[in-house]
Amino acid sequence: MPSEEIVKPRLAGRFPALADRIVLQRPRRFVVETPAGQFDEIARFAFGDLGFIYLCTITGLDEGDNLSFLYHLAHPDGTVLTIKRSVPKAAPTVASIGPLFPGGQIYERELVDMLGARVEGLPPGHRYPLPDGWPDGQYPLRKDWKPEMLDNPTANTAGGTHNG
Amino acid sequence: MAKVTVPIGPQHPALKEPESFSITLSGEQIIETNMRLGYNHRGIEKACEARTYIQDMYLVERVCGICSHSHSTCFITAVEEIAGLAVPPRAQYIRTLIAELERVHSHLLWLGVAGHEIGFDTLLMYSWRDREVVMDALAALTGNRVNYGINTIGGVRRDFTREQLDSLLKVVDVLEERTKYYIEVATEEPTLINRLSGVGTLPHDDAVRLGAVGPTGRASNVNRDVRRDDPYLAYADLQFDVIVDTHNDVYGRTLVRVGELMQTYRLIRQIVKQIPDGPVTVKAPRRIPAGEAVSRYEAPRGEDVHYVKANGTDKPERVKIRAPTLANLQSVSRMLENNNLADVPITLAAIDPCFSCTDRMIAVADPASGRRETLSWEALRQHGIRWYAGRGVDFAALNRKLGRKLGRNA
Repeated sequence: MPSEEIVKPRLAGRFPALADRIVLQRPRRFVVETPAGQFDEIARFAFGDLGFIYLCTITGLDEGDNLSFLYHLAHPDGTVLTIKRSVPKAAPTVASIGPLFPGGQIYERELVDMLGARVEGLPPGHRYPLPDGWPDGQYPLRKDWKPEMLDNPTANTAGGTHNG
Repeated sequence: MAKVTVPIGPQHPALKEPESFSITLSGEQIIETNMRLGYNHRGIEKACEARTYIQDMYLVERVCGICSHSHSTCFITAVEEIAGLAVPPRAQYIRTLIAELERVHSHLLWLGVAGHEIGFDTLLMYSWRDREVVMDALAALTGNRVNYGINTIGGVRRDFTREQLDSLLKVVDVLEERTKYYIEVATEEPTLINRLSGVGTLPHDDAVRLGAVGPTGRASNVNRDVRRDDPYLAYADLQFDVIVDTHNDVYGRTLVRVGELMQTYRLIRQIVKQIPDGPVTVKAPRRIPAGEAVSRYEAPRGEDVHYVKANGTDKPERVKIRAPTLANLQSVSRMLENNNLADVPITLAAIDPCFSCTDRMIAVADPASGRRETLSWEALRQHGIRWYAGRGVDFAALNRKLGRKLGRNA
């Protein structure tokens, strides 16, 4: 049976709290918003039980008080399931998706650099994609960031070392 | 033996683009590869937020110098989905046509680069000469060799006449004949087979685990192609086979790409034959209603992913782009394990990382008179033929043959 038909009943069957949160945007495109604390379990279920074995990429969004991360998972039959999680901007910590998708670490490094996410469990490695001398505390994809802030970095940084 | 770490890049003759590799060796053998990327980061996603959708379409077309149409199409497909636009079928066919012509030019370019990296420069010269046939066809159709500017939100900017479409059949005949020759080279030429076999091995399970896409994945038996699995544009109407291979190495990646060229010719013939009549655009609003969409596209290098979030204004709230090379670079460390240092260039080239190719004319300065003149492409080509002929290398017979097939004077 194509995954498009099983995603909603199986996800809602396993996680009743999701029943109203699964949206079919168009054929082969699902979005589900995960409640706090359930992301890891839902992602494992989508990977292991529903067969979404590919991670296309992770999109980071600055939504005011929160940062949201959209994990776009793909099934070999062409269905895409986007699992959305939100964390407070003041404490934007998430666990790495690496144990399920080792290829996803580069996307997580991008979230660290561009949006200031903190990803627990990322192995040591180079940052991506910003240069080594990039000032701390400047996250270009946050909505309040302007290129002019680079001209006067000290005024906008909280100090400390880069967390990636 | 003591381990040695060799830095390669970010600026290095073996690399076509800036990337930095730190390669730990035991003797000649690679133990570990450490990658530093981001030298080409231009802030395009952020820039998209400050520009209108139509400006963004032109901006994302410049993400890549080769698969330019891939990015612009992937982007506007998402925008059109959010806006609820029904793009006319003829426009979808035209986009598909340009997409497949782009695949031909990209794969032939790759074949030349691969030949060059293993010291088989004859293959580079041959395949790039033949690639000019498709570059000319693209230029004749769109006005440009790359960055075709064919798309607009809601359709395409140019319609093609029946004569223009039919002329492509001759182009495809020539390219198909040449591609058959390359398939013969790839399957029978012992130097090529021996040089590429067992190099840059990526086992199937690792390809899946690390998310390899496109020909890189398909050469490790990952049967995955967005055109078939998640059809977009006109692909649902068209017949083609997804080429997979089980060699898991650079040789397999070569076979997949030459095999895909044959499928691409099949697609182009179908498009020319069955393209529907009708309009090529629908009117698109300047402001795109709030919403979001994930768009996928099988670029020549593999799955391209765009995410667009609209907020009801004429500028997007967020544009996220994941080009296929970023997905494939995750596999490179695995490919290089236990290979020799000398295999680094071809292994890297085998995932086909992007670089730009846009020159089409040359300015000639005469130091004696100080006069400058611009040489047209055709004049430069004739100059090249005469220059080689004067040194005893004569391609005249082959050029005449190609010219006859294309219906022009060589």
